Amino acid sequence: MSLSLTTVAGMSAGMPLVGDAAAAHAASGFAAYAWLLVAFPLLGAAVLLLGGRRTDSWGPLFATAMSWAAFLVGFGVFLSLLGLGSEERALSLHLFSWVPAGQFQLEAGMLLDPLSVAFVLLVTFVGSLIHVYSLGYMEHDPDKRRFFAYLNLFVAAMLLLVLADSYLLVYVGWEGVGLASYLLIGFWNWNPPYASAANKAFVANRVGDVGMGLAIMAMFWQFGAVDFQTVNAGVANANQGALTVIGLFLLLAACGKSAQFPLQSWLGDAMAGPTPVSALIHAATMVTAGVYLVVRSHAIFDAAPNAQLAVVIVGAITLTYGAIVGCAKDDIKKALAASTMSQIGYMMLAAGLGPVGYAFAIFHLLTHGFFKAGMFLGAGSVMHGMNDKVDMRGFGNLSGVMKITWVTFGLGWLAILGVPPFAGFWSKDKIIEAAFVGEGWRPWVFGMATLIGAGITAFYMSRLFFMTFHGDKRWPKEAHPHESPRTMTVPMIVLAVGSAFLGLILGPTNGILHWLEPVVGGHGQEHHPVIPAIPLMGLTLLVVAGGVALAWMRYWRDAVPRTAPVGSLLTRAARQDLYQDQVNEGVLMRPGIHLTRALVFLDQRGVDGAAGGLAALIGGTSSRLRKVQNGLARSYALTMLLGVVVILGVVWVVQ
Amino acid sequence: MNQFPWLTVIGLIPLVGAVVLWLLPASLIDRAKHIALGASVVTLIFAVAGALQFSTASKDKFQLVEEHSWIPQFGVSYALGVDGIALSLILMSVILVPVCLLAAWNDLPAEEAHRERHYFALMLVLETFMVGVFAATDVFLFYVFFEAMLVPVYFLIGQFGGPRRQYAAVKFLLFSLAGGLIMLAAVIALYVQGPGGADGFLLTKLAGIQLAPGTEKWIFLGFFIAFAVKAPMVPVHTWLPDAAAESRPATATLLVGVLDKVGTYGMIRFCLELFPGASQWATPVVLVLALVSVLYGALLAIGQTDLMRLIAFTSISHFGFIVLGIFAMTSTSWAGSSFYMINHGFSTAGLFLVAGMLISRRGSKRIPDFGGWQRVVPGLAGVWLIAGLSGLALPGLGSFVSEFLVLAGTYQRYQVVAIIATTGIILAALYILLMYQRTMTGAKPESAAGTPDLSLREKWVVAPLIALFIVLGFYPKPVLDMVTPAVTTILTSIQVSDPAPVVGAAEGSTK
Repeated sequence: MSLSLTTVAGMSAGMPLVGDAAAAHAASGFAAYAWLLVAFPLLGAAVLLLGGRRTDSWGPLFATAMSWAAFLVGFGVFLSLLGLGSEERALSLHLFSWVPAGQFQLEAGMLLDPLSVAFVLLVTFVGSLIHVYSLGYMEHDPDKRRFFAYLNLFVAAMLLLVLADSYLLVYVGWEGVGLASYLLIGFWNWNPPYASAANKAFVANRVGDVGMGLAIMAMFWQFGAVDFQTVNAGVANANQGALTVIGLFLLLAACGKSAQFPLQSWLGDAMAGPTPVSALIHAATMVTAGVYLVVRSHAIFDAAPNAQLAVVIVGAITLTYGAIVGCAKDDIKKALAASTMSQIGYMMLAAGLGPVGYAFAIFHLLTHGFFKAGMFLGAGSVMHGMNDKVDMRGFGNLSGVMKITWVTFGLGWLAILGVPPFAGFWSKDKIIEAAFVGEGWRPWVFGMATLIGAGITAFYMSRLFFMTFHGDKRWPKEAHPHESPRTMTVPMIVLAVGSAFLGLILGPTNGILHWLEPVVGGHGQEHHPVIPAIPLMGLTLLVVAGGVALAWMRYWRDAVPRTAPVGSLLTRAARQDLYQDQVNEGVLMRPGIHLTRALVFLDQRGVDGAAGGLAALIGGTSSRLRKVQNGLARSYALTMLLGVVVILGVVWVVQ
Repeated sequence: MNQFPWLTVIGLIPLVGAVVLWLLPASLIDRAKHIALGASVVTLIFAVAGALQFSTASKDKFQLVEEHSWIPQFGVSYALGVDGIALSLILMSVILVPVCLLAAWNDLPAEEAHRERHYFALMLVLETFMVGVFAATDVFLFYVFFEAMLVPVYFLIGQFGGPRRQYAAVKFLLFSLAGGLIMLAAVIALYVQGPGGADGFLLTKLAGIQLAPGTEKWIFLGFFIAFAVKAPMVPVHTWLPDAAAESRPATATLLVGVLDKVGTYGMIRFCLELFPGASQWATPVVLVLALVSVLYGALLAIGQTDLMRLIAFTSISHFGFIVLGIFAMTSTSWAGSSFYMINHGFSTAGLFLVAGMLISRRGSKRIPDFGGWQRVVPGLAGVWLIAGLSGLALPGLGSFVSEFLVLAGTYQRYQVVAIIATTGIILAALYILLMYQRTMTGAKPESAAGTPDLSLREKWVVAPLIALFIVLGFYPKPVLDMVTPAVTTILTSIQVSDPAPVVGAAEGSTK
């Protein structure tokens, strides 16, 4: 536990000086209505699902209204927190007695603090924009009512995830978003690969969820409770080995939800879902839940350096992995998905760095939520105009016909590149700087990973941008690309404005650092990266410029072939997601199928055969058994009678 | 004892209903199922009224007690009473019976209408025995109900089941009989070891008697084997998939959802309570068997091509969790196992009964005969998914709370066992989602076009179940408050205490 934290928490009299949640006051005033945040979208989902076809006409609008209502409540809660002194910005809202079972006692409640409220604002704002966008995007889908119901369900679950004040309640939101994600990836599940993609996502997530479950069990074993307050209070006295185990379980959970190595394989396939879903769930919010979990559990990670190291390693591997894969994808959504994976790798790495990185992990999460959602919506807009085509080799030079999409996408592109003064410059570059802080080999390895990653990011994002909007026109004559309707472009514009300015608002002012300080502690003393900050910034920009230049040469200046060239060994591997599916199939699926088949055979021939043999021994062959079955009831009665006689006899003898 | 005999009345109403059905004049024969449903609803009302007399604050081990001498020469009493665990199981049973009756409404085709009253009467008789077996506080009386339950089930499977019904019914009977006879020997041996007398079979007389360790182990084994067959644990599970697959869905629900619970309930009530020493002696083996059941059942479920068999195997996996929680012997795992029994009853009902709706529409139980049905019957697909999610213990549904409590309690004592058991959670996602994928997703099958979606009757079947999933997921307190005192009482009586948290509990631990 860092010093700055205890000073923050210690401000509330009478409470132990232990951690963030410990200092929480009971919520009063407007904040006491924070439960509406979950209730509104949940109501929307319930009305649409139970209302059936009757709600077809007004359902989508109702769902959108519920989402905006949640945003307004969230904004109100944000203002209430803003009205408090920074050290008092932690309110607890008791809901009801949830699991009172013997030694295990748990109340359901919410924790309103700067971290959860930051998420609430992101989720409800971006979520509501995407509801609006979907009004246009899904306009002609016969099942759009169901779509909006699931979107509302997602928003409710995601808000529960970030607002819960205990790990078990987080778990409810955690699998709730997984369910919504499953339902939405498989929204068009009459297409068999889409149904498989949905299953894959749920199962890979479940592997992570088991990590979550185990972490909670281990917390109960260690601390006797699983609410944030008790767990944080207990960390100081816990054994480091146990904390490491808990930390690793939490990391497993984070890997599943956030598509981090080695559980990353589902995210690419998840692009089977409608594009607004990819933007909201699989880019801006749900997939960042892993980062939230690590930051929320910072007390545990701070006390378990080995678990922290594992987080950093996972982040470094994933950011590189995603970046490499992103360079080879021709499917615009899959390229964006690889990029998402990579960017979350950055956040994860930052979260693993400890107090020096927490705030920047969340900062990058917020800016990424804006620019990546914006770019996904842009991709959706392109698909909308191109008859749902996703192959970028069939795009090119769309900047003229889709001006709004081009400009908004361009702002997102500049933001993710980290070009000053756009959002990524303030958030991602800070992560690179933080990764270079430390001693020994670590800053060099992790720092270089983030630096090189920035270069590759610049390359693949520029490749994507140029292949789609610039260079030669490669779409067929029958395609008539056109700009999307207002319901779609307005959300894109809003997100693009965010991509442009959010960093500028929160970064240089240190707004985000101050806001999160009550939760994750101060940034600490001056940190000195092994390469001084200013030269490092220059170096980063240089690497980024290199990536852009390379992409410019290959995908704007030179003609892009309609069919993908064979490519190098690495390119081919990257196209196949570095063989993740093949590995999973070889190591898990095939042996699993064989094991299942063998067991089914064994159960019928072996276990049941033995039992059947025994039965045959008692009652003759099974065919004879069948013949005599009418008599069997009688012989059963006889047996019963015999049994009673035996008892009576024995009892009589004994007495 | 002068109070109203709640338990007897709750048990008698369905029996009276059954007798009425059998005596029904031919002119009223088409009213048979209405009468049956009425009887089961009245039973439910009385059970709820009886449950309201139950106090969770009471210090008594059993409440709603009735005790009459029955066969004093042999020490047998007619003794009923419930603690929270038994009461919650009775409530679950009497909720499930009307739901099952409603689900079975059109099970018999019109030309077999004359058999209808027999079919419904058998289910009512079964209800009587179910109430009796959970309410009995006399070991012999328990045994009588335990065996008597086989009879209606035997006929329900053997006369009303699928094409291989006779094979399945006989197999069910043989397994149960074998277990029952072993238990009978143990029951007698227990009586002989006990204080004897005119009420020597009373649980209260037998609890805490001192047995020689060798004797205790033998008697324990007698009970345990019978319960392991009933709860189906691997490797004595093989009767269940056949019995479930050849049963009508309503029968399968009562068989797997209620009857099998007698096995796990019996482990708590008899094995653990009467033979704590032997139970601890057997714990390592039982834990391994429970783990094997969890994983084996789940893997086998994945490999099934018959809907009903698949659901039966998921239950074997779930019973593994219940047994795991029982033998982990912590208050958390016991509360979890007790609650799991309730949730499993509802969630299995959801799966079997909705499967029944699919099977009656398609005319086949084979999974490959389905596919793309979401496009045909979206409402049915929705409830099918919800029932499946309850089966895979999705957080927010009741089954999650119980599964988590089982595992959290187990983790306190046996970390490695708990970690291995969690594999079952991943496999659960596989068997449920693959089942959903194979039945519901894919292109719309033109041959099935025009198949009707959920009827009003079917909506009434699934609505209470779905409501229970959700209510018990977010507000399990009423059930947990009911079972927890019983759990604490039993664990205290057998002198098992919870492991303390490794790090001393902070003052905020109840938060």
